[in-house]
Amino acid sequence: MSILVQQLKKVYDNQIAVNDISFEVKAGEIVGFLGPNGAGKSTTMKILTGYIPPTSGHAEICGLSIKEDIHEIKKILGYLPEHNPLYLDMYVWEYLDLVAKIYALPHRKQLINDTIDFVGLRQEQHKLIRQLSKGYRQRVGIAQAILPDPKVLILDEPTTGLDPNQLEDIRNLIVTIGKEKTVMLSTHIMQEVEAMCSKVVIIHQGNIVANESITKLKHLTEGQNQISVSFDPQISEEKLKKITEISTVSSSEQGYVLSYSGSKESMKKILFDFALENGSIISSIQDLQHNLEDIFKTLTQKQ
Amino acid sequence: MKIIFFKEFHSFYSSFIGFITVSLFVLITGILLWVVPSYSVLDYGYATLETFFDLAPILLMIIIPAITMKLYSEEYQSGTIEWLYTKPLSEFDILMGKYLASVAVMMVSLLPTLVYYFSVYALGSPIGNVDSGGVFGSYFGLSFLVMSFCAIGIFASSLAQNQIVAFITAILLNAVFFWSFGFVSELLSHSGFLEFVFQYLGMSYHYRSISRGVVDTRDVIYFLSVVSIFLFLTHFIIDQKKS
Repeated sequence: MSILVQQLKKVYDNQIAVNDISFEVKAGEIVGFLGPNGAGKSTTMKILTGYIPPTSGHAEICGLSIKEDIHEIKKILGYLPEHNPLYLDMYVWEYLDLVAKIYALPHRKQLINDTIDFVGLRQEQHKLIRQLSKGYRQRVGIAQAILPDPKVLILDEPTTGLDPNQLEDIRNLIVTIGKEKTVMLSTHIMQEVEAMCSKVVIIHQGNIVANESITKLKHLTEGQNQISVSFDPQISEEKLKKITEISTVSSSEQGYVLSYSGSKESMKKILFDFALENGSIISSIQDLQHNLEDIFKTLTQKQ
Repeated sequence: MKIIFFKEFHSFYSSFIGFITVSLFVLITGILLWVVPSYSVLDYGYATLETFFDLAPILLMIIIPAITMKLYSEEYQSGTIEWLYTKPLSEFDILMGKYLASVAVMMVSLLPTLVYYFSVYALGSPIGNVDSGGVFGSYFGLSFLVMSFCAIGIFASSLAQNQIVAFITAILLNAVFFWSFGFVSELLSHSGFLEFVFQYLGMSYHYRSISRGVVDTRDVIYFLSVVSIFLFLTHFIIDQKKS
């Protein structure tokens, strides 16, 4: 088990930031750590990386306890803190050299060169970090996290504030890293999780509200699929209700919103046949499948 | 410790703060010691560096906070403190690395002032008629002051996110420790024991004592205690601030 968290709790002056959470991450998984702002994501990550101590509870990284072996853990952990803090007055190369020295890495020059190539900083390596754009700074942040070849990577919001191209680059980078390492990343963007992660842990007000693989999480909402459809010429609501697979019908501006059971494909076929029988055509049809975003909303909006 | 020491030491010079301090220190003491008539050695007529050793503490009191103010404040401000404290470095190493770097920068600033000693040495009549013991005692005293002011400066830096706040806090603390205890002891004169206690708490008393050329262990212990207390307080504050 790469990351093991048991009944972890953190209380700040009477305010509970993290409330008895437990989860585990297997080696080689990319886990998305999700939650609205202030849910306790960063606090959990700060505890796991040894920056702040937990109020109570237990956590392990690769079998090492965060209480007793934190110094050992720091050696096998790569961490990108929130907002990607960097020494802006240092040169990219100089900064990575500092990281290599801190970890006492052998063959520093070779290693830094490889990492710079891997994250795509070759053109920028002799620039001041201050001069870099946000996307490149993010790469420097990721480079320092992966430089010591850690077993576990913890990335706190690695993709905030990037433009769509940079976003895709950084995502690809993380997926590549995730092939060899355990990665835990926090975000509040659902598409990101869908694109990168194999597992999701959703946290809300300090409590874990979901801890599933992506596929399972999607299955959670099956059986309540919705479809929006309109016919030309219009067909009355009564006729639609006669179709057995349809559970509810509500009219909307364009046409109808139907809740149905069964698969998407069979439903579409039924609707086509239905339109044909009634001498009408379907002028528009659209899936309203529940996506992860809706799941996120329902899980994190209840008080 | 070495890694942080070199990182900080290097950053003082790459950001020019180091150069500015060295030049400012040498420039001001140089002008006062050789040009301004009321302080000038040449007008005074005696081969002594007393004016330099009277002025230097006041300058150090202001210049050292400028060096130390960024040590922690900047890390808080930019969030790099979290990065630094999640690296495999002990908290002691980080603190000592930063502290020793600031002390080293100031020691480097003191070095050029040795020129004053050699000038006065050469100007003496006969040549070399200088109280060398007193001068080296005073350099010892200055070194201890540098160490204490740097410890106070780093403590002030650990208190504040804002560098200006850290700067002013450090100057105030330096002044209190250098003078105020002495002033209080003057107010309490003839009260016997209390007067002595306050005098003993002030840095100027110990500085003057070392400057006479006799390095007394009690003075050394005093300065080392000030350094340890403030470094310990810094450590404590950072621990508090993190969680």
